Amino acid sequence: MSGHTEHSAPTGGYEPKIMAFVCNWCTYAGADLAGTSRMEYRPNVRIIKLPCTGRIDPLFIIKAFENGADGVLVSGCHPGDCHYTTGNYHARRRWIGFKHLMEFAGIDMRRLHFSWVSASEAIKWVDLINKVTDEIKALGPFMEYKGLKATEAEQG
Amino acid sequence: MEKTLRLKAKELLESGEVKVVIGYGWNRSKTRTTPVFITDPADVDTLVWNPLCVNNLSLYLTRKYKEIKALGRPAIVAKGCDIRNIVVLITEGQFKREDVFIIGMTCNGTVYKQDLWKGELTPNIMPTKCHNCDVRNPHVTDFVVGEKSTFTPPEVPTGMVYDKVKDLDSKSQSERWAFWVKEFSRCVKCYACRQVCPLCYCERCITEKNMPQWIETSAHPRGNLSWNLTRAMHLVGRCTFCGECERSCPVNIPLNLINQKMIGVVKEAFDFKSGYDEKTHPPMIVFSPDDKENFIK
Ligand code: SF4
Ligand code: SF4
Ligand code: SF4
Ligand code: FES
Repeated sequence: MSGHTEHSAPTGGYEPKIMAFVCNWCTYAGADLAGTSRMEYRPNVRIIKLPCTGRIDPLFIIKAFENGADGVLVSGCHPGDCHYTTGNYHARRRWIGFKHLMEFAGIDMRRLHFSWVSASEAIKWVDLINKVTDEIKALGPFMEYKGLKATEAEQG
Repeated sequence: MEKTLRLKAKELLESGEVKVVIGYGWNRSKTRTTPVFITDPADVDTLVWNPLCVNNLSLYLTRKYKEIKALGRPAIVAKGCDIRNIVVLITEGQFKREDVFIIGMTCNGTVYKQDLWKGELTPNIMPTKCHNCDVRNPHVTDFVVGEKSTFTPPEVPTGMVYDKVKDLDSKSQSERWAFWVKEFSRCVKCYACRQVCPLCYCERCITEKNMPQWIETSAHPRGNLSWNLTRAMHLVGRCTFCGECERSCPVNIPLNLINQKMIGVVKEAFDFKSGYDEKTHPPMIVFSPDDKENFIK
């Protein structure tokens, strides 16, 4: 049996919150397929469906961290497969900029993931979520970000 | 140079070719320059030109300044670096090349901040951009004032900003985080950096959108981070490193570091430098199917 269907439901303790911003046509459909195929995977992901990766403003990602996400995943159709033809090409340019900006700002990039998952790639989706969840779980809560509000209190 | 500049301004206003000349004049105590808007040919002697002419006046060509636009066709006194911003504004469809008369000033550098001026321009009071400048002979102009500059910029850009970016890049992720959280914690959300940037011309800035409140309004580290990241992101592929944002920041946040970092990223990823060619689209509004990255799984 391949790794993705293996039963290793996390037992007790800390469970990370992971936000996934996905496009309607590919990744959401892929995640849906995983569900209808009754594949089991880590339950830590909250999915937000958008029409296209082109609609994912980098500010969504910042807002996710602000609101307590321990990790963020962004995913859409493979290049060439966007339902609106070019949305993901534009998104890719934006991600290139954003990824480097976040890295320069000192965000731990193990907490921010980008991927292409098509409507048929349920297995890829499941493996991705499991891998990302486990990695972020090992890192623990994103205290650096969550702590930013507390820094204010310290300063009075 | 001042004489040629004034004569040209006079000629342009008298002939009616332009209705206003946007340039530099002295403040009352002659300690710094200030933007002037000349509509009467009799006033052209107000115009000055010297190393204190640091402001990037292209700001006044944007739609933020409707009352200036209402005056009619402008001429603008611009250094090469300012012209780069004008070029970006043209590529972004803010106005057409022929809508503005560009009086390009050949330049030997300006001071980083006007208060550093002791009557002489020495390398140590010039900003990093001047030491690496490839537009001392302005590149897009209708009229040029001044002797041709023979300065050639170093092949590999050098200076404080580049050194500091390299230094930060070599640090660990958590050290970078600590550095920026500390810097941004001083931000008071005055938005001077936005106000002064010729490329921050949105009529309704994201900071003013409050349904929902995208950028937290109070000045605490979390909202400050989101503001500064968002500002940087909105300038990717557009920022010309003119340095106005950092210069205007009342708490000296090193915005030039972020700007220059992102300029490097754009150069590396899309082989693009903003502000040189008014016929090329900015990189963030176009794409190539062959764009390369190694982090999308
Ligand atoms: S960057 Fe170039 S054009 Fe601009 S002030 Fe410096 S030397 Fe002059
Ligand atoms: S350096 Fe600052 S003011 Fe100048 S274009 Fe870039 S962001 Fe705008
Ligand atoms: S100018 Fe400085 S203090 Fe004001 S909003 Fe910008 S970064 Fe913050
Ligand atoms: S519809 Fe999936 S990326 Fe555009």
